[in-house]
Amino acid sequence: MAVPLAGSALAACGTSGPSQAGAGGGGAAAPSSGGATYWYLSGQPSEGVRTNALNRFNQANPNDQIQGTTFQNDAYKTRIRTAVGANQAPTIIWGWGGGTLRSYVQAGQVEDLTSWFDQNAAVKSRLFSSAFAPATVNGKIYAMPAETVQPIVLYWNKRVFQKVGAQPPQSWGDIMSLVPKFNAAGVAPFSLGGQSRWTNMMWLEFLFDRVGGSEVFQAVADGQQGAWSNPAAIDALTKVQDLVKADGFIKGFSSITADSNADLALLYTDKAAMMLHGSWTYGTMSSDGGDFVSGGNLGYMNFPPVEGGKGDPTATTGNPAQYLSISSKATDAQKETAKKFFATGVLTDAEIQDWIGTGGVPIVNGADAKLTGSKDADFLNFVYGVASKAKSFPQSWDQALSPTAAEKLLDNISRLFQLSITPQQFADSMNGVIGQ
Amino acid sequence: MTALAPPGARTAIPSPVAGSGRSASFAWMALPALIVFVAFGVVPLLGVVGLSFTTWDGLGAITPSGLTSWTAVLTDPGLPHALWVTFLVMALSWLVQTPISLLIGVFVAGHQRYRALLAVLFFVPLLLSSAAIAITYKALLDPNFGLGAGLGIPLLQQDWLGQANLALGVVVFVVSWQFIPFHSLIYQGGVRQIPRSMYEAAELDGAGRVRQFFAITLPQLKYTIIASSTLILVGSLTYFDLIFVLTGGGPADATTTLAVDMYKRGFQANLMGPASAIAVILVLVGLALALLMRRVGGSDSTASQLEGT
Repeated sequence: MAVPLAGSALAACGTSGPSQAGAGGGGAAAPSSGGATYWYLSGQPSEGVRTNALNRFNQANPNDQIQGTTFQNDAYKTRIRTAVGANQAPTIIWGWGGGTLRSYVQAGQVEDLTSWFDQNAAVKSRLFSSAFAPATVNGKIYAMPAETVQPIVLYWNKRVFQKVGAQPPQSWGDIMSLVPKFNAAGVAPFSLGGQSRWTNMMWLEFLFDRVGGSEVFQAVADGQQGAWSNPAAIDALTKVQDLVKADGFIKGFSSITADSNADLALLYTDKAAMMLHGSWTYGTMSSDGGDFVSGGNLGYMNFPPVEGGKGDPTATTGNPAQYLSISSKATDAQKETAKKFFATGVLTDAEIQDWIGTGGVPIVNGADAKLTGSKDADFLNFVYGVASKAKSFPQSWDQALSPTAAEKLLDNISRLFQLSITPQQFADSMNGVIGQ
Repeated sequence: MTALAPPGARTAIPSPVAGSGRSASFAWMALPALIVFVAFGVVPLLGVVGLSFTTWDGLGAITPSGLTSWTAVLTDPGLPHALWVTFLVMALSWLVQTPISLLIGVFVAGHQRYRALLAVLFFVPLLLSSAAIAITYKALLDPNFGLGAGLGIPLLQQDWLGQANLALGVVVFVVSWQFIPFHSLIYQGGVRQIPRSMYEAAELDGAGRVRQFFAITLPQLKYTIIASSTLILVGSLTYFDLIFVLTGGGPADATTTLAVDMYKRGFQANLMGPASAIAVILVLVGLALALLMRRVGGSDSTASQLEGT
């Protein structure tokens, strides 16, 4: 009966199909013959870097070909899970590590790489050691860290700060006293794409860390009963609601999505003074913001400490790396090809240069030596410094937790920012999914 | 059946010899549709019913878990809320769409040439994909870069998708905007079926335009209204794509309908058991609605509408 509705629903799904890249053609990802397969994310400029790295490997190894297929970010998340569940996974599975990787491990779908890393110690030692935590499940390594490190950064708009005559915040108290100052000047203190939910989560990640230290969330990740009821957690949740109540975020933030980059636009069009966001937004702001970045108007800093908090002010959070796993359903020949790619094709000097060119910091020790000369050298050095000096660098919560707990978390965060639940209700609700 | 047998009933009185052969050939013709229906309708439905009694994360083994999924869903305060939101979307969509589609349908049923042109224009929203519509409206409604901010109209500068009631209103508005053309088309067809002679007779009796509308057009469209209403009600029950792209079910759970709730549980939280339980609830509610609409229409819906008028 609902034929016209169903028809339009199907039509809406037809835009995000996969596209082929790399060597060969033919079928998508059925584990066939000796050639390995590799699924990764589309979207420039990162897609180009990934494709180039793959092409270089294929040219250098005519007998070990890897066929790449690209997917759009959100479509990939469901597609890869379905494929892995149906034993149709590609040889190399691109991912975010953490909770999703753990569910692959529990289902026996990915290879244990611990002994391979022991045999190839050089591959391991050249990468940031913090990058390995999200690749590790029960003490064993199931993924190869790759690509770039992406800490969350507090950006500030120098033009707006100068106009209002304010100084960048050195503490949580500074933040709260800057809020009325900017509001009085008609500028939103903080930009926020609140509809995307994980954007709000970044605030909680830092407040939990600064108030109670990294062990507060670690207890949640470890599945300790009642971990969300920690007084430090309640304090952090209360602080973020205080900020919402003080109109710290731009009016209508719940209508703004991060995927449209409207939150970035608010900062570079001087409508907002500050923004807490991933280091990956730097590239978009410099390409879309006119002379905002090139004119030196963008300031950046690590999240400031909270008065009386236990957290280490050098700690950060975000994406320690991206991850490549090997499907346990692949043939031995495909697995060998994948390992060869990990050892000789991932984060080669050429790929490192490509990443730096996109405004990213590769997860390679000593990459800072290569940053000089880049037009974004200041920012890249800042990111490298934050990432390499961080006392702790936990992964974003929604990636670290299981998908089930992460969905519950994002749902509760959205309610918390709507002020429709109290910090205590948030903690009670989240305690219900601990360990899931 | 009424005294005046509809055309279909006449074939039911065949000669005894030809009878069996003819019904056999009819059965054969229904076979392809039946196969498709069983393969893509009944089998997946049974699968979903089966899954609702299991625990499965979409990756590992499917483990039977009895009523765990059902208890989880039925005791979740989110379920009555999702049912309520679904009902609101359904009822409000119907209330908005039916009168407007009816009036537009009657209007474009006229044979004037400018009306034909307008009919084509009215039809445009139906040609767009729901995702495209949702993304467009999201951009238009952006509180800082949208239509309101661009034109400097404070009235349009609301937190459209960030406040519970406004967001629900926006969803109903956009859904209606998209589907009013379709239902207008149904009404246009219905109006054109009404014999001209009835209006001529009414004109001779001195009935005006408004009187004609209420005394002839509306009663004659009874079954068209029921058909269109069934489509609206059952359709909005499963309506998903536009809401998901426009609001993602938010803010918080303000626009989380049953279908959105099902998707979030199944494909974001990877709880296939509870998601299947919600799917079964959706099927049951949909069936009940469709049956109810048939009941409202009366069991003799094949009877002629002309007699007794």
